Amino acid sequence: MFKHIVSGIQNIGHRVIESVWRLGVATRFFLLVLLKSGTSLRRFGLVIRELYFTGVLSLIIIVVSGLFVGMVLGLQGYETLQKYGSESAVGTLVALSLVRELGPVVAALLFASRAGSAITAEIGLMKATEQLAAMGMMAVDPIARVVAPRFWAGVISMPFLAAIFSVMGVFGGYLVTVVFIGVDEGSYWSQMQSAVDFRFDIVNGFIKSCFFGVAVTAIAVFEGYDAPPTAEGVSGATTRTVVTSSLVILGLDFILTAFMFRGVS
Amino acid sequence: MASENLIDIKDLNFSYDTRAILKGINMTMQRGKVIAIMGGSGSGKTTLLRLIGGTLQPSSGYVKFAGQVVHELNRDALFTLRRKMGMLFQFGALFTDLSVFDNVAFQMREHTDLPESMIRDLVLMKLHAVGLRGAHRLMPNELSGGMARRVALARSIALDPMLIMYDEPFTGLDPISLSVIGNLIRRLTDTLGMTSIVVTHDVQESLKIVDYVYFIADGVIAAEGTPQQVRDSVAPFVHQFVHGEEDGPVPFHYPAKQYRSDLNLEDTVV
Repeated sequence: MFKHIVSGIQNIGHRVIESVWRLGVATRFFLLVLLKSGTSLRRFGLVIRELYFTGVLSLIIIVVSGLFVGMVLGLQGYETLQKYGSESAVGTLVALSLVRELGPVVAALLFASRAGSAITAEIGLMKATEQLAAMGMMAVDPIARVVAPRFWAGVISMPFLAAIFSVMGVFGGYLVTVVFIGVDEGSYWSQMQSAVDFRFDIVNGFIKSCFFGVAVTAIAVFEGYDAPPTAEGVSGATTRTVVTSSLVILGLDFILTAFMFRGVS
Repeated sequence: MASENLIDIKDLNFSYDTRAILKGINMTMQRGKVIAIMGGSGSGKTTLLRLIGGTLQPSSGYVKFAGQVVHELNRDALFTLRRKMGMLFQFGALFTDLSVFDNVAFQMREHTDLPESMIRDLVLMKLHAVGLRGAHRLMPNELSGGMARRVALARSIALDPMLIMYDEPFTGLDPISLSVIGNLIRRLTDTLGMTSIVVTHDVQESLKIVDYVYFIADGVIAAEGTPQQVRDSVAPFVHQFVHGEEDGPVPFHYPAKQYRSDLNLEDTVV
């Protein structure tokens, strides 16, 4: 019995040490990526190519999801607000929920599963098939040539995707409440306009999405680069990318919200 | 005048953690030769290539390439040195997101300021040398194993290196592709004045094309010599390896307890 408890504690200790170790390795890797970003910035074509894969190809899922989330928000908001006779405020509800929270968070979650997993799998497979080693032997640094452009492409595309998500959501809410249900169009837009503050809502949402972009892409490139060069290794790394980024997004969102919207009525 | 040896390896030791992989290797490799390094799986052959390329650090001893001790170079000097080396990986390791043409052009674009028209001519020449000029528009996933390896070969000679290292170039090839690759290694070495190191366990194919053979077993050089000496060798290990015998100095059975005792037959009276 005593032995079991001791080995249990030992196990916990091992896990903690391992996690802290890995976090250190990841931080070091992240700094290396930043240090070696010169090539990507000088040869911006490399980043643009990746922008297509991470940003443009994520558009469909972002646009469609944004539209549906906005439509659901419109429906639910109308249901509740009409009980109090204030269904004209539905525009405000849709816009604020999207711009402050759902836009950055849901877009980042979708981005992690659509683009983050793809980045991890690609880098992991490049490692498993010795493409990264081959690049190193050709005197080309794989972190500068492969990892950094993908990282920056992710960081750049995330805020745009979040913004597009919010715009589509607002449009979805408009479709449901104004076009189908018949809420007054003027009040939908004007109430939204007066309630949504540029500095507090839009800029803060934008800052959030930037944080999420950095977090998701950093996790994705690290997991790919760190993946054991086997089939199970790459599949495990891909799963970890999605799980870790999702948790980090939600955790970060809470922290950022706590700082940003303190005392804002 | 540079020394005749492109590579000098002296008392080279390497271990992963506490497991010794290479134990005191001494080798010399002359310029313009094709040298084979043979040995069973896990004998440290690929590790040796990595030490020459400087992707691993030796525990002691050194590898000297063209007069420079590889592990003492800083990162920039090492990268400069690697431009003089080419490496052909086991399955080619072509960049799957680039076409055949772009794969061969990769190093030229990364390391030189050549105009695109000249790169085009050079790439087509390199591809012509391996017989795949007509395939320059294909993507790596459209190539057969042998073709992929030829493209990788064209890519590794892109900047006319002094040395090419081949990591198991014959693995998984059909007989035709096998002799095509073998002949290409010999021909390119001779016409471009390079030096080639071929890590392989394909004895028959490599003995046809190489100038000198090293056998590595358990991290030490078990035997060495010219192909003729190797064929005539009576040393038990070489004989077993060259003739592919099942049992010998390299045992068929992994070390184990007595067979009888493993089957619990100790007490049984037969």
